[in-house]
Amino acid sequence: MALYVQAIVNGFLVGGVYSLMALGLSLIFGVMRVINFAHGDMMVWGMYLSYWLFVTAGVDPYLSILVTGSAIFLLGAAVQKGLVNRILDAPHEMQILLMLGVALVLENLALMVWGPDPRRVSTTYALSTFWLGPIVFDLPKVATFGLALALALGLYLFLKKTDLGRMIRAASDNQIGALLVGTDILKVFTLAFGIGAACVGAAGSLMTPFLPFSPSTGLFFTITSFNIVIIGGMGSFLGAFVGGLLVGVSESLGAVILVPSLKEIVSFILLVLILLFRPQGLLGGSR
Amino acid sequence: MLRVSGLQTFYGDMQALHGVTLEVREGEVVSIIGSNGAGKTTTLMTISGVLRPRRGQIEFDGRRIDSLKPAEIVEAGLGHVPEGRQLFPSMTLEENLTMGACTRRARAARTQTLERVYHLFPRLRERRHQVAGTLSGGEQQMVAIGRGLMSCPRLLMLDEPSLGLSPMLVTAIFDIIQEINRGGATILLVEQNVFRALKLSHRGYILENGQIVAEGSSQQLLRDPQVRTAYLGL
Repeated sequence: MALYVQAIVNGFLVGGVYSLMALGLSLIFGVMRVINFAHGDMMVWGMYLSYWLFVTAGVDPYLSILVTGSAIFLLGAAVQKGLVNRILDAPHEMQILLMLGVALVLENLALMVWGPDPRRVSTTYALSTFWLGPIVFDLPKVATFGLALALALGLYLFLKKTDLGRMIRAASDNQIGALLVGTDILKVFTLAFGIGAACVGAAGSLMTPFLPFSPSTGLFFTITSFNIVIIGGMGSFLGAFVGGLLVGVSESLGAVILVPSLKEIVSFILLVLILLFRPQGLLGGSR
Repeated sequence: MLRVSGLQTFYGDMQALHGVTLEVREGEVVSIIGSNGAGKTTTLMTISGVLRPRRGQIEFDGRRIDSLKPAEIVEAGLGHVPEGRQLFPSMTLEENLTMGACTRRARAARTQTLERVYHLFPRLRERRHQVAGTLSGGEQQMVAIGRGLMSCPRLLMLDEPSLGLSPMLVTAIFDIIQEINRGGATILLVEQNVFRALKLSHRGYILENGQIVAEGSSQQLLRDPQVRTAYLGL
């Protein structure tokens, strides 16, 4: 029994950072209706950036989210401004091809720069734990969860309370309406892609204290983010958040019930069930 | 104030406007009348910069605006209340109104304009925190007009503001449009309710198949036998 509770706790803690990652994808999809197939690869670049700052300057990964968040923001904004904005009127397949292309470029650039071997950020506290009753908590996972939650909350408040946030929501609600009231829609798009990318970049840094990574890690996280967003409901903020926790817990339980290498199977079963019985996602409205 | 000449707009290869020419003078209410598919909405969308004309000119206050972005056109003082309202359904009523004032000039006056809109539509004040998608059709139309006013326009274009509303609400909406005009804003109105639109406006244009086929003062058009049979069913 304790084993399962332990698995649920671990999954929940990792799920927090999954949520942050999926929020980024959901924001990008909600506003531009573009699926960021390079999402995981942007995340991997966040991870390498944190790694590099750690190895060369000894910057703690929890601190370097400021750098990686900003850097991946710029990367995302550049992709939107330089590439996606040019093909907004093109058929949807074009956007898929384009984003797959960006993913390939980012992954292979990482391969060129860092090589194929997995890297890890070995902090002094990497193996620190504390006990609450019979449950053991990994310190880095708890810290990551807390920071991911704080960033998600920050994003929520930004979207809810600021003029820029309202513009992003308005563009996601009704593009014609947003154009007619005088929002500079291309700027809003660039900003939205940047913020979505910053979320996943920061999420990457937050995972480095407990997760080894290599250039090919990106694909897995692109699929996981996509999975979470579909389970939670396309374009729904709360949906992506709840979906992240749910997928975190189901992967972790999957590793215990089945074998660790099959852990994703549980979240994909969840995906199939959602598509069968609630295709709009758990918290998705009807679009 | 607004001068449109020889406007030609295409959807892909299909030509929707075949040279529309019209003029709106300061302080006027002008109606564009025409059947479905005549090009009324296309005309307004081209003036707001959402659609790009292939030929022709649009001048506002003597300045060419046909190559400006929609945001710059709103900033210049041209507001648009679109057909089908185009609200932001998941945002609250007040957020919808606030979004109407997102150009620099309008943002400065946002609080006062919001007060003015609530004064014009007291019902909106009561529902300010309600999500726009859950409002009734009439309330949504009021939000759409209110949002248009939030940009402090000197010329407001209204596209089918009475569409789908009950007769009582239609009267209320037309009264409001008159009040907005008396408040100093020039109005360009597109309506399927031809009789009421012409009663309210000073002049009118008849649009057919993307071309202006008749124009004149509202009294003239209301007496015109062709207009009477084709658009008033008399």
